[in-house]
Amino acid sequence: MKELICITCPKGCHLKVDEETFAVTGNSCPRGAVYGANELRSPVRVVTSTVVVEGPARRLPVKTDRPIPKGKMFAVMEEIAKLRVKAPVAVGDILIPNVAGTDGNVVATKNLQ
Amino acid sequence: MDYDVIIIGCGVIGADCAYELAKYALRVGILEASNDVANGTTKANSAIVHAGYDPLPGTKMARLNVRGSAMMGELCRKLDVPYRNNGSLVVSLSEEDDETLRELYARGAANGVPGLRLLTGDEALALEPNLSPGVRGALLAPSAGIVNPWELCLALAETAVRNGAELHLSAPVTAIGRIENGWMLCTPKGRFTARYVVNAAGTRADQIAGMVGDRSFAIKPTKGEYYLLDKSEGSRVDRVIFQCPSKAGKGVLVTPTVHGNLLVGPDATPTEPENTANTAAGMAFVKASAQRSVPGINFRDNIRNFAGVRANSDHEDFIIEESAVAPGFFHAAGIRSPGLSAAPAIGPEVLDLLRQAGLELNAKAEYTDSRRRIRFHELSEEEKNEMIRKDPRWGRVICRCETVTEGEIVEALHTPIPPVSVNGVKRRVGAGMGRCQGGFCGPRVQEIIARELGLDPTEVLMDWEGTWVLCGETKGGAKA
Amino acid sequence: MTKHELVVIGGGPAGLAAALAAWEQGVRDILILERDKEAGGILNQCIHNGFGLHRFKEELTGPEYAGRFIDLVKQTDIRIRTDTMVLDLTADRILHTVSPQHGYEAIQAGAVILAMGCRERTRGAISIPGARCSGIFTAGAAQRFLNIEGYMVGKRVVILGSGDIGLIMARRMTLEGAKVLACVELMPYSGGLNRNIVQCLHDFDIPLYLSHTVTDIRGRDRLEQVVVSEVDERRNPIPGTEMVFDCDTLLLSVGLLPENELSRQAGIEIDPRTNGPVVWENRETSIPGVFACGNVLHVHDLVDYVSAESESAGAAAAAYLQGIRAEGEEVRLIPGSGVGYTVPQHFHRGVENVEIFFRVRNIYHNAAIRVTDGEKQIARFKREHMAPGEMENVRIPKVLLDRIAGNTLTVEIEEAAQ
Repeated sequence: MKELICITCPKGCHLKVDEETFAVTGNSCPRGAVYGANELRSPVRVVTSTVVVEGPARRLPVKTDRPIPKGKMFAVMEEIAKLRVKAPVAVGDILIPNVAGTDGNVVATKNLQ
Repeated sequence: MDYDVIIIGCGVIGADCAYELAKYALRVGILEASNDVANGTTKANSAIVHAGYDPLPGTKMARLNVRGSAMMGELCRKLDVPYRNNGSLVVSLSEEDDETLRELYARGAANGVPGLRLLTGDEALALEPNLSPGVRGALLAPSAGIVNPWELCLALAETAVRNGAELHLSAPVTAIGRIENGWMLCTPKGRFTARYVVNAAGTRADQIAGMVGDRSFAIKPTKGEYYLLDKSEGSRVDRVIFQCPSKAGKGVLVTPTVHGNLLVGPDATPTEPENTANTAAGMAFVKASAQRSVPGINFRDNIRNFAGVRANSDHEDFIIEESAVAPGFFHAAGIRSPGLSAAPAIGPEVLDLLRQAGLELNAKAEYTDSRRRIRFHELSEEEKNEMIRKDPRWGRVICRCETVTEGEIVEALHTPIPPVSVNGVKRRVGAGMGRCQGGFCGPRVQEIIARELGLDPTEVLMDWEGTWVLCGETKGGAKA
Repeated sequence: MTKHELVVIGGGPAGLAAALAAWEQGVRDILILERDKEAGGILNQCIHNGFGLHRFKEELTGPEYAGRFIDLVKQTDIRIRTDTMVLDLTADRILHTVSPQHGYEAIQAGAVILAMGCRERTRGAISIPGARCSGIFTAGAAQRFLNIEGYMVGKRVVILGSGDIGLIMARRMTLEGAKVLACVELMPYSGGLNRNIVQCLHDFDIPLYLSHTVTDIRGRDRLEQVVVSEVDERRNPIPGTEMVFDCDTLLLSVGLLPENELSRQAGIEIDPRTNGPVVWENRETSIPGVFACGNVLHVHDLVDYVSAESESAGAAAAAYLQGIRAEGEEVRLIPGSGVGYTVPQHFHRGVENVEIFFRVRNIYHNAAIRVTDGEKQIARFKREHMAPGEMENVRIPKVLLDRIAGNTLTVEIEEAAQ
């Protein structure tokens, strides 16, 4: 049994999820059951970071444009670390497509003029 | 010889010696262990100019305190150092205290302290309404005051340097040897020779004395802890409020600072020379003791705690003398409280000893005995605009709590003794001294120091050597 | 002296939303004064996602959330003056400002909106004992170094306080290669959102020590160790429970304080509970024509609520400029049992409805919020879950307000029967 805190609402139910059947207990609503099962089956996260800017602005904030597998967070960070960008960049511009083979793209979250 | 006189230590005592010596045609060197002036006892103390009723009549402490206190106002005016002659009250809270007040009054009279007056409880409360209603009487000393000790030291050292003295920072003296007609001093910054040496090494003065075989005194470093409260508490009292020393202890003081904050402390505990850590017990003691004389202090408005180490010694009096075993080697040591108050008189005292030992004093034809610093928040509207027209950086507020502009920071970074750390800038211009404690301006000050001094931001320290702030750039930085 | 109809102090999320709302209500001469180099406020350094779920129904990062408002402002004639500090505000709405471009300038405003935000509590504010070494940062200062300047403040980190900024920094520093050894919380519960506990601590196996605090800081030059002790129910450290962490960095996430120095200078009445101005239902302060919104008024949990509150302040400022005055007898709101404060602190009898924002003082399950007029219950709202880290709000419609007989309304928590 894996213990989790549900984050679908502020209540924070303490869930217990069966590692084989993905059955959830401790939830007080159906959304908790879905969250608990997903967290064990295939947990995903949005990664946010910054990239180095060549120029007077020092860093540009970025994110993955969709949640990527939790286990790939550090692989994504490594690719972000290698990137160097120059102005201009617009919010939403794809800076690294299909980052670390996750299907997610690293996109800018701020304009850089 | 490199120098006629070398002064070891650039606290307020060493700086005042340098300031006095630089008036004469002499080669003067100052060796300071830290990377900035005033980084020891001078940095962290009560910032009080005592009137002079405390020391026993006939002592050097009594004489120099009264004289130094009388000199302080004029000196601070000349060198543009914040000083306020706000007077002090010693309050009585018990019968035993009443007796102490009469004793202090008599001592003060013997020491020549001007204007002392014994007040009734009601008279004291009329002057200071936030005193404890239980106050039975008070000793009023109108000549007492408050000063910025750090800036006093900087101003003295800066003036000495402007007039030709040479300051070597990060130069702790590690060995001293007798040479013909003088002394050789070893430091990591090189070897320096001088005919005369003045030992103003503060909490390390006994170690320096030991290097010339003089073991006539021992420093007993004594820690005192403080609370520094927001300006919202700064008018809780107008004068320096002392408690009577009693069997229970010396009592803590409550005072406004020249910046308008409220300062509360200190306790007194034996310690090692550089131990400026706060302790839960020390802070609790200070808080509880202060409430006895000024019960309404709102400690929720505390912005900073700190501790200072006083260079007390095993002698009752200041040790200002030529070493008995090392002729030409002079001590200005064991400068306990009221050392700051006496400081303006200690330089001349040491000068006198040097003259008696054979140092020729010929006044310099040209000597600049003044200093000015622009404080943006003190300027008139027209003056502010004038500064900003000349240099727009005077219009960019970096420290919002204390209203310090980029112009002031840049100017400080190009003075005769430039700061090399974030706290060095803070002490010179006040950026980061306010209620947010540098939370907002710290990163920007770091950036300005790096830019102006041509350093990488990771090289800019918080304060003394080893106090690094940043460990490196993310992602290997732009160069990678 | 230059004149402007509406001057907004602060170009963060509150100031931007307030200015936009005033524009939409027809005010055409609006000036935003921003002390930083760019608008957006603290959101510029909050590069993580999770903003805008209520407002935009999607998860944005801080810069994206701010960017949406900045883009909207750009479509209007609202002027943003950056690099500008307001040094003084007077009761007759004169602002003394300074900037490199315009020098020292006095501005007469028809109406003023205070949107200066908040600052972090520091080591001094909580008097942590120990050495005066380097390596102790407020979480926000470290966040600026990391996200804006691109510098790491250390490699081995302990975090005091489990507020959201501290939790977010635990993840950020871990992703950038630091080791975060512990997150230490004085209270028996976290002050942060569950989402952040899970995604910032659990994801990286960072232990959260509840009912613990830092009792000593060691290090001659740079921080070398912090000592963490358990605390009893009166929050005093328990001797014998000490743990030592070897670390070079201590981040403090120990609370936020509204920045009301300007408000105090102007003589605006401050609520000691919020540390923000006392306001009416339209966010007008004790000085007519001066309004307040966002974290300068009370510390919010979500920026979405800042935007909503600021829009009502902006609309109210516009109404004021159009000569409309809120009128009616005063009804005061009293924070009762379990309630830390209320915003607004009072309202005018006869208003359409009142939305009351507040924070609870403890964690509650299956409790209720009761609004009473003396002995008489006016309204009761059930809540499955309430915590001090989350802002609560209840809306009281006119039909209920009209039933109030007295001059005060009390908001209190009714705990579940045991």
